[in-house]
Amino acid sequence: MNMELSRRAFLRSAGAGVAGTAIGAFGFGGIEAAHASSIRAFKLTTMVETRNTCPYCSVACGIITYSKGDLRKGEKAELVHIEGDVDHPTNRGTLCPKGAALLDFAKAETRLKYPMIRKPGSDKFERVSWDQALDRIARLMKDDRDQNFVAKNNDGVTVNRWTTTGFLAASATTNETAFVTYKVVRSAGMLVFDNQARV
Amino acid sequence: MAITTNPPVAPTPASYGDKDLLRRSASGPQHPDRQLTPVAKLIDVSKCIGCKACQSACLEWNNLREEVGVNTGVYENPHDLTPASWTLMRFTEWVNPETDNLEWLIRKDGCMHCADPGCLKACPAPGAIVQYTNGIVDFDRNHCIGCGYCVKGCPFNIPRISKVDHKAYKCSLCSDRVAVGQGPACAKACPTQAIVFGTKEEMKQHADKRIADLKSRGFKNAGLYDPPGVGGTHVMYVLHHNDKPSLYAGLPDNPRISPLVEAWKGMTKYAGLALIGLTAAAGFVHHLVAGPNKVTEHDEEEAARFAEGKATDGRVA
Repeated sequence: MNMELSRRAFLRSAGAGVAGTAIGAFGFGGIEAAHASSIRAFKLTTMVETRNTCPYCSVACGIITYSKGDLRKGEKAELVHIEGDVDHPTNRGTLCPKGAALLDFAKAETRLKYPMIRKPGSDKFERVSWDQALDRIARLMKDDRDQNFVAKNNDGVTVNRWTTTGFLAASATTNETAFVTYKVVRSAGMLVFDNQARV
Repeated sequence: MAITTNPPVAPTPASYGDKDLLRRSASGPQHPDRQLTPVAKLIDVSKCIGCKACQSACLEWNNLREEVGVNTGVYENPHDLTPASWTLMRFTEWVNPETDNLEWLIRKDGCMHCADPGCLKACPAPGAIVQYTNGIVDFDRNHCIGCGYCVKGCPFNIPRISKVDHKAYKCSLCSDRVAVGQGPACAKACPTQAIVFGTKEEMKQHADKRIADLKSRGFKNAGLYDPPGVGGTHVMYVLHHNDKPSLYAGLPDNPRISPLVEAWKGMTKYAGLALIGLTAAAGFVHHLVAGPNKVTEHDEEEAARFAEGKATDGRVA
């Protein structure tokens, strides 16, 4: 851009700039007073609250999930925030570091949402129904138990061991569920076993 | 003191706002109509188990995410405060020479919300740092110019400049939650209630009880860290060794705003403004007395001759 600018005009505008800046610096700068509020808007306003239980361990902390959109009104709900429920007797609003980060657990791309199977020779998991999955698991367990169950040891003492299958049970259970799981698995003679009841 | 209500979802007007500013960076004195009850967060270092629930809750509430880092064999994760991690557990292993016991000192680091905030005093951007009459010191990134003066001004080395948008970030004491009657996300999550939130008065009383308890357990130097060098803070610690705060990952023993910041933003600033004012006044007086510089007829003749290529002294232009 070419602009005709005389020495005088340049000095005049530069002087005006300095004067304006100086006036601002002296504290007459009320011009930008109409600034937006510095406090961020509270992000849970108009969210839908849902009570739930933290899925990590059998302490079973109470949580509240906050979502945008209400499923009960037929809307699509998007999970926005999760925090501890102060009305819950177990945790009274507090959470552990994992619980406090539950939002990313719920939204994790690698989260397992339904039963999957990787068939022999395949290189990928495929989705199957719960019925298919449970039937297959029960069949394989039964076959293995029938084949490898040890009723008596070499000394003839009754031991009722089943050591060829292991059972890793959920942690997202209450103590009662964990108790029942323990009894079922142990009564089948299974030794290789871990679940929340151990904690 | 313990937070007893869940966050509201009904529209709730913020209980304070721009009318409650005690200080606003680079903006001259503020005139708040009312004084809000000062609030404070109390961190009881002796109750902290270092679980980092506060770090998780902070990231979640403030929609921040930290990149997956590298383990260098220490417990700090991430290694330092970052533009996304506004709070960080700092771990110190210390052998107490009196008892020969190994003590694991865990301190939740983050903004202390000083009553006399060095960051705000150093900040040259109007409104980028504000202090409310309840004590919260907040950064407003819409006004931040990313100069980094707040980092130099902070006695606790807290603000961090983002490499993405070149703006400064630090803990806001969850000013949005406090405005609707909630405590900060970290205080709510804390499973041992080592972090509690309430009015500053309540927090001091709570601290007294904790200190009495610690003293009865043999920590004779237990005390409240509310450093007077920065006018007191709105984030306070209960320390078992309050005589040696620097044990706790370099917590300053006597934090003060850097004298450089004080000088630059204090005397130097007013001297500079006075100089500008005097220069302007001198120019104006000169204008009145001597008047504008006029072009005489002689100058015009000289100029015309010069333009033709012959200066009066015979030089060729």
